[in-house]
Amino acid sequence: MDKKRAILVLEDGTGFIGYSLGAAGETIGEVVFNTSMMGYQEILTDPSYKGQMVVMTYPLIGNYGINEKDYESCNPFLEGFIVKEYSPFPSNWRSQMSLDEFLKHKGIVGIQGIDTRELTRRLRDYGAQQGIISAVDFDVQSLAQKIKSSPGLVGRDLVKAVTCNSVYEWNDSGQDAGISKRYRVVVYDCGVKYNILRKLSIAGCSVTVVPAQTSFQDVLHMKPDGLVLSNGPGDPAAVPYMVENIRGLLGKKPVFGICLGHQLMALALGLKTYKLKFGHHGGNQPVMDLSTRKVEITAQNHSFAVTAPQEGTIQKGSHGNVEITHINLNDKSVEGLKCQSIPAFSVQYHPEASPGPHDAGYLFDRFVEMMKTQG
Amino acid sequence: MPKRTDIQKILIIGSGPIVIGQACEFDYSGTQACKALREEGYTVVLVNSNPATIMTDPEVADKTYIEPITTEMVAKVIAKERPQALLPTLGGQTGLNTAVNLAEKGILNEFGVELIGAKLEAIKKAEDRSLFKSAMKRIGVSVPESGYVRSNEDAMAIIDTIGFPAIIRPSFTLAGTGGNAAYNIEEYKEYIKVALETSPVHEVLVERSVLGWKEYELEVMRDLKDNVVIICSIENFDPMGVHTGDSITVAPAQTLTDVEYQVMRDAAIKIIREIGVETGGSNIQFSVNPENGEMLAIEMNPRVSRSSALASKATGFPIAKIAAKLAVGYTLDEISNDITRYTPACFEPTIDYCVVKVPRFNFEKFPDTDQTLTIHMKSVGEVMAIGRTFKEAIGKAIRSLESGRYGFESLWPLGSDKWSTEQRYEFLRTKLMIPNSDRLWHIADAIRFGMSLDEIFKWTHIDRWFLYNIKQVLDKEAEIRQKYTDGVHISQSQDVFPLSKEMLAEAKQYGHSDKFLAGLCNVDEKAIRMYRQKEAIRPVFKHVDTCAAEFKAFTPYLYSTYEGCCEAEPTRKKKVIILGSGPNRIGQGIEFDYCCVHGVFALKELGYETIMINCNPETVSTDYDTADRLYFEPLTLEDVLEIVDKEKPEGVIVQFGGQTPLKLAIPLEKEGVKILGTSPENIDIAEDRERFAALLNRLNLRQPENGCARSAGEAKVIACKIGYPVLLRPSYVLGGRAMRIVYDEAGLEEYITHAVHVSSEHPVLIDRFLEDAVEIDVDAICDGKDVLIGGIMEHIEEAGIHSGDSACSLPPYSIGHDIVAELKKQTQIMALALNVVGLINIQYAIKDKIVYVLEVNPRASRTVPFVSKAIGIPLAKIATKVIMGKKLSELNVSMSMKLKHIAVKEAVFPFIKFKGVDTILGPEMKSTGEVMGIDEDFGRAYAKSQMAADCSLPLAGTVFMSVRDRDKKPIVPIAKKLSHMGFKLVATNGTAQVLAEHNVPVTPVLKVIEGRPNIVDHIKSNEIQLVINTTGGKAAQEASYSIRRAALVYHVPYFTTLAGAVAATKAIEALRNGNLDVKPIQEYYRT
Repeated sequence: MDKKRAILVLEDGTGFIGYSLGAAGETIGEVVFNTSMMGYQEILTDPSYKGQMVVMTYPLIGNYGINEKDYESCNPFLEGFIVKEYSPFPSNWRSQMSLDEFLKHKGIVGIQGIDTRELTRRLRDYGAQQGIISAVDFDVQSLAQKIKSSPGLVGRDLVKAVTCNSVYEWNDSGQDAGISKRYRVVVYDCGVKYNILRKLSIAGCSVTVVPAQTSFQDVLHMKPDGLVLSNGPGDPAAVPYMVENIRGLLGKKPVFGICLGHQLMALALGLKTYKLKFGHHGGNQPVMDLSTRKVEITAQNHSFAVTAPQEGTIQKGSHGNVEITHINLNDKSVEGLKCQSIPAFSVQYHPEASPGPHDAGYLFDRFVEMMKTQG
Repeated sequence: MPKRTDIQKILIIGSGPIVIGQACEFDYSGTQACKALREEGYTVVLVNSNPATIMTDPEVADKTYIEPITTEMVAKVIAKERPQALLPTLGGQTGLNTAVNLAEKGILNEFGVELIGAKLEAIKKAEDRSLFKSAMKRIGVSVPESGYVRSNEDAMAIIDTIGFPAIIRPSFTLAGTGGNAAYNIEEYKEYIKVALETSPVHEVLVERSVLGWKEYELEVMRDLKDNVVIICSIENFDPMGVHTGDSITVAPAQTLTDVEYQVMRDAAIKIIREIGVETGGSNIQFSVNPENGEMLAIEMNPRVSRSSALASKATGFPIAKIAAKLAVGYTLDEISNDITRYTPACFEPTIDYCVVKVPRFNFEKFPDTDQTLTIHMKSVGEVMAIGRTFKEAIGKAIRSLESGRYGFESLWPLGSDKWSTEQRYEFLRTKLMIPNSDRLWHIADAIRFGMSLDEIFKWTHIDRWFLYNIKQVLDKEAEIRQKYTDGVHISQSQDVFPLSKEMLAEAKQYGHSDKFLAGLCNVDEKAIRMYRQKEAIRPVFKHVDTCAAEFKAFTPYLYSTYEGCCEAEPTRKKKVIILGSGPNRIGQGIEFDYCCVHGVFALKELGYETIMINCNPETVSTDYDTADRLYFEPLTLEDVLEIVDKEKPEGVIVQFGGQTPLKLAIPLEKEGVKILGTSPENIDIAEDRERFAALLNRLNLRQPENGCARSAGEAKVIACKIGYPVLLRPSYVLGGRAMRIVYDEAGLEEYITHAVHVSSEHPVLIDRFLEDAVEIDVDAICDGKDVLIGGIMEHIEEAGIHSGDSACSLPPYSIGHDIVAELKKQTQIMALALNVVGLINIQYAIKDKIVYVLEVNPRASRTVPFVSKAIGIPLAKIATKVIMGKKLSELNVSMSMKLKHIAVKEAVFPFIKFKGVDTILGPEMKSTGEVMGIDEDFGRAYAKSQMAADCSLPLAGTVFMSVRDRDKKPIVPIAKKLSHMGFKLVATNGTAQVLAEHNVPVTPVLKVIEGRPNIVDHIKSNEIQLVINTTGGKAAQEASYSIRRAALVYHVPYFTTLAGAVAATKAIEALRNGNLDVKPIQEYYRT
């Protein structure tokens, strides 16, 4: 493989020199680290990374190539990809192309051969920050200038960049074969991962995906049994139209929010959100279910979180009491909410996993159960 | 959940002596468990027969029984101590099996002892393959097609449905003992027979072969609230067919997509729940078809294992410690992660480096055995290395092995340069196809030869991803070679260094050692080091932190890598580095790790910051809890110097880790590193035979006549002058490598032409062999002024049997006070003359009341832990304080040599693992471990030692005797005694004749060559309860080999020395005179 130089510069001026990976261009985004040791293909195609560049903390990436099944969306939306050592020699029976080919094909700019652990420590200690990868400009000053003129994540609506253009029905002729579809679910696409749709299908739902701008009235006209608020990128506070839509739906139909969907539901319920120092991105986050005191190991990918109410675990609001159902054991942050008087719950983590552990998969069944009792 | 308060006293069963498949990883896990439980306020009762462990230190448990791990003896401990609970999952297979036996015999019920961690039902479900299979069926996890057989008829009935190759696994055996892969009906019949015999329950599983499939392991933990986490995934480099203990393994899994990994994770969680391991760690093995991803569960260990020790070291997550806390009721979320402090242990570690484990073999000790790697484990130790890439880690692992290799050296045999291409190809193909301990290097040769990765894969089934990484390392090598050749062509001058800075930096990132690069560039290692330093190409050190830097690490557990930023942050405290002993091998095992750990403890007491360097993942020394700072690094000059340069310690202690660090003493000193304790110069005087002989001469001490030969001719002249028999050995050896006694010139000839290479750099030492001499070991501490005699041990077996293989008694049981006084005097003289500061071990032989000095080791010896346990004084700790400048007089050690008890050490051998190997003992060490028997008299202590070594002496039955001519007279009193005790005696003709002449009733029996039924038939028919067989000369040994092998396989106690037979007879006498009692070691020390 040809080795072309590339550089990563952070907002604080730190530079890391490595080699180009994927498209040899220039790209700007918020740099976040993901601690999953596997699953780079799913991470690359997770729309929640819009606006961000991902550094993989596991140093050896590309080992099993890219296959046709493990996509989480039709395109990668992330801004850049950062690895320690890229393996140009994929070895797995499902592999169809190398990671480098994939990135080049999709025009994703990446960098390899840098001290990713040092980069991670920097992000941990000083917080996530904007960065620029370039294989064309090596002038740190000029690169730093480019970062300064780029927008950050806060206050920016990234959902509109990743949501679908029009309504579509999810047809996965795969794992859900033979499962009867007893419930009709509408999914608000804020950047939905395919596996949410797959899991709903397997749980017995026929799934309609709608763009984030769809009004709640239009959605109610579809006569759904329940609504899913999907994951997605960026700052929840920058998507007020979604918050409005959710307000219009709460109490009328069962609602299940995931990740950004969870944050948006919280805003709709009168809670607040804030930006985490460097977020949670990985597949080993311990979350405790406060009702059973049991712990599930979860997949997470978020830079914002819901502020815990001051009164403890209950917030009183227009839709009755909102209860904190799950917390993160590492930093005690809010991981799950439930409305006590209306059928609505949400989790900050990813029950659909992909990549990551399947411990929280039961939440799809819980949602179906909720539709059953409401229906 | 809070911890349980209904139990106060917990019994832990250790794993006993180090054997193949069960090594010091269980000292590591057991020690962690004892510490964790006592931290929680429980009283811990421990049973372990292995004195060389940290866990049997009197401070680790409340009551420490160094007693045989047999159901009967542990039952006695239970009766005496009345624990409420037994934690069976931390003492390896031995601990687990003993717990199962205690439960099944009703002993646990009788005394109200609860099994915690894993209940009997769960253990059986995991261990019994048919129960396991049906459990897997219930939860929809696939397992290989298989069937159970209990007879040859069963076996023939099942083979058609399974087909060849068929895997044969006996139930309830350790490390795959008795297991095999049969490729045809003939092999199948043979292996079935062996397997049925090996299985204690005479049950064998015959299984569909998944040879060549990818092999994975997951380390799983579960708590009482049913939280389950995966600690580590491990991918084997060697595919299915090679025992995982013999495989190179890599963490984490490298070639699984998340989808595939999560399927495996889900299966693992289902399995631990279905099997019902309530709390603690389990290890689950899977195999995956590389063609289509089909996944099968292979087996589960419902306990901590070698792999869990590896996983603990690989991730920084202390599985055994957490398992112990879970067993008493805590849940994972209630325990904090030691390394990150503020986050809980309830998570799945994620790592940002690559870990490679490489097994260490000792085949050179057993030249007669088949060296093919199979499903039954043959390696004796392992190393682990950490790097940011696989290439870096495997390079570090190779040099950690201390096999004289520093990279991918070429292994073409002598003369192969004259081979045709076809011959070379055929050689490689065979080496790749048949798994062997050098396969990694043969792969490198195949790549250099131009074989494609696909073809190498075809012969090895090793994943192409690994092969590609090796190829990258070799491409770098080729690039450097080319550059070097070009450079020489262009410049023809010495001052142009062929390696560019960039190239050197890349080579270092690819894991190349300085020494290997030096070879490529035809310079010495130092030249590379100097150049590297000049160009500032230096390793940095990074943390093992369980979380890939997501959280701050508080425990300095470090590894080196060639990358950007260093996290070592050395302190400014006064500090000392202790060098560990590297991989376990025969001759250098857990005993040295014990000494290193004690060194750390003592330094801490003195207020020093302690820094440990070691690369053995099985040990206590590489627990991040042991030293203040742990560097998980190879023990080579290059790697140690980099750490010394980073840490700038007051000095380095080299005398505890055996020969590994000792070898580094002079090179380190030359580089300006301060060696603490005995000076390298004095170490050299003791190690160099000629300098040592000169010293003894000066001191007027006697040595067996000896000489040093630098050529074959010289050897013959010297041997002739000294007179046969002579003892031959190369200089600078440990564990008696290549040592031999020869009785005539023909034997000498054979030795110098085949066994060793004699040259002026590699002289051979020739000593007069003192026949029938008593051998003595003395361990002492010297501070340069005073000498403290720690222990005087009398060997049971005569001089000529390697001291590591000989049983020994402390205090001596047959030599007189005058001799003891003389031994003390001589020890003192030598320790002072060598200006020893620290430990010294001297071996003596006594013949006709004359004391001869055999050898002096100015370092910790293998017997230090045994002596410390026997006398209740921690010698290594005292030695450390002396090394740091304390005087013995101020340390106030109360030393009374008047013990009221006798401690016997017995060696444990791996013969059963090596087909075709004789059990005769000699000057080359072959034992892997040791046990201690302690009691009030010699007979009982010896009996216990035998029992602990899995050799239960009979109280009645038939004794077979066949002894060499010179033993025929001395055997008579033994025979009389046995006969008097009611034993029936049978003997081969010559021996029988002598016994009959002395009126001992004896029945003659046929030798193997004399027809049938012969003695081997009798052994196989269970008609013999004890074998006494001594032989002289090669022919006699070969003729009687099948007797000893039969005794071994059929588990009949056997003695191959007269001295052993005498001791055994005494022990049988003692056993017949009353039951053995158990007593904790703490009570022996009370005076």
